[in-house]
Amino acid sequence: MDEEYDVIVLGTGLKECILSGLLSVDGLKVLHMDRNDYYGGESTSLNLIQLWKRFRGDDKPPPHLGSSKDYNIDMNPKFIMANGMLVRVLIHTDVTKYLYFKAVDGSFVFNKGKVHKVPSNDMEALKSPLMGIFEKRRARKFFIYVQDYNESDPKTHDGMDLTRVTTKELIAKFGLDDNTVDFIGHALALHRDDRYLNEPALDTVKRMKLYAESLARFQGGSPYIYPLYGLGELPQAFARLSAVYGGTYMLNKPECKVEFDGEGKVLGVSSEGETAKCKKVVCDPSYLPNKVRKVGKVARAIAIMSHPIPNTNDSHSVQVILPQKQLGRKSDMYLFCCSYSHNVAPKGKFIAFVSTEAETDQPAIELKPGIDLLGPVDEIFFDMYDRFEPVNEPTLDNCFVSTSYDATTHFESTVLDVLNMYTLITGKVLDLSVDLSAAGAAEE
Amino acid sequence: MGCGYSLPDRDSRQLGRPNSENGGGQDAKNLRVKLVLLGDSGVGKSCIVLRFVRGQFDPTSKVTVGASFLSQTIALQDSTTVKFEIWDTAGQERYAALAPLYYRGAAVAVIVYDITSPESFSKAQYWVKELQKHGSPDIVMALVGNKADLHEKREVAVQDGMDYAEKNGMFFIETSAKTADNINELFEEIAKRLPRPVIT
Repeated sequence: MDEEYDVIVLGTGLKECILSGLLSVDGLKVLHMDRNDYYGGESTSLNLIQLWKRFRGDDKPPPHLGSSKDYNIDMNPKFIMANGMLVRVLIHTDVTKYLYFKAVDGSFVFNKGKVHKVPSNDMEALKSPLMGIFEKRRARKFFIYVQDYNESDPKTHDGMDLTRVTTKELIAKFGLDDNTVDFIGHALALHRDDRYLNEPALDTVKRMKLYAESLARFQGGSPYIYPLYGLGELPQAFARLSAVYGGTYMLNKPECKVEFDGEGKVLGVSSEGETAKCKKVVCDPSYLPNKVRKVGKVARAIAIMSHPIPNTNDSHSVQVILPQKQLGRKSDMYLFCCSYSHNVAPKGKFIAFVSTEAETDQPAIELKPGIDLLGPVDEIFFDMYDRFEPVNEPTLDNCFVSTSYDATTHFESTVLDVLNMYTLITGKVLDLSVDLSAAGAAEE
Repeated sequence: MGCGYSLPDRDSRQLGRPNSENGGGQDAKNLRVKLVLLGDSGVGKSCIVLRFVRGQFDPTSKVTVGASFLSQTIALQDSTTVKFEIWDTAGQERYAALAPLYYRGAAVAVIVYDITSPESFSKAQYWVKELQKHGSPDIVMALVGNKADLHEKREVAVQDGMDYAEKNGMFFIETSAKTADNINELFEEIAKRLPRPVIT
């Protein structure tokens, strides 16, 4: 490794692997290392033995759960918005050829103690038990407004400038009640808290459109897709892209110490007595703990079950959003469930996650409203991890540190961070105006 | 890229290419299979593929860059065709950083060593173990002793290759990507050994 590189990437989490791939495609000389002997870092998927080692301190999962190899349990569970930014990156880089995706069966929301299907368009709004008869009609009008809204066509704006009008004002115009606003804001626009109400409505309208267009994409019961064999496949696929374009890969490298010159600029990275020189370092927060600060903490439960989440129409893959207001919390709680139908567990087994931005130090108590919706579980694990964001100035030290993965249920914020980092590193903006239908068109 | 191929269960739609899990092609007459190459750096994995797919040999090719997803279709005497989707290691084998993704759904693994390098032959055993860890149990495995044209520098006996292959349920062949010796034979033999899908 005693060579000189344009960029050394540390950690093989999804963000680092996407960046590594993009930079190699750009012709930069990339060395990519990880202290672990597996790909994915915090966005890996574990088999059963790895899961037991991590949470139970032994490598003896009970035999009745089946073969360890048949499990791919995400450490950072999220779904992929079918028309979202990650899909654009996948198509842009042609990494889809290394992966297989399937639609996610269902998208639900917790409201007044019950789990309901998320209505996403005017027709579904009319059928949804989430609203009374008059509210349905008001909601229907609002959905039609959003569906017809076209940023570049003022005729569809109904006289409102959504870059100025707040979401609250827009909703008031349609006379929707707080209960309706709650599921629209959290389960359709996927806001994590209620700040959006006082922000310009354009963002919320765009988010609702993304949801509806993604839902229409694969005619499934949700706007999401998910890779077969789990999310751990994603970093591996982008790592392969990087390698195909000349990136060098080294796993199981202890230390990976970033070396600096007298002015605090990156010199290179040393491991096992060797130093690789480089101009820039890209890494996750764990490789440069002195350049990040803690910004929060995620609490989560991981459950292995033998049934789908109750009241989700027998969905073999599903998301349930529990808006903060429904639970008297500051941030939403999420249920995520995948199963053997996405090859993440043996036949008949389901993997469910309950996660939220932690507000206490007791995940088992804090997550109870979500866990109560799961029904009986075969095994359950609790975990908390800190979230970090960089505090350094990359123009001074040439270090580009990613932000820890948040508790959101999809990848939009993940890809935003990657795109921002890409621009900081290269000075270029990635053009993601790809043909989304390219991925849906039949071959042959 | 891409297709609307859906798996047979539930309302699934796929974003990726058609699935070719373990030799399961479209029909009994036209198979499509994923083939992975394994073996140490420099044994000639890419050269074998380039010879097979493009009929070329480039002695200056050092490390695989750029094209690591080639395909080639061959027709067999029984009028079936087999389309190989060939995955090259893209250099990730160099520091043992080949991802489990690489083995996913592979119907064929070709493990290559260099007959002039005993070290590459013993490393073939490592790759067989990796395959047993990550690969499908019914994968078709071929052990290939490459650079057979360099017989004056031979350090791995033909018998050693044959014995090892037999013990591990693989078939064995020596090839030369340089002279094209046995290259087509290798892929034809693989095609013959592929399990045929059951016609329903």
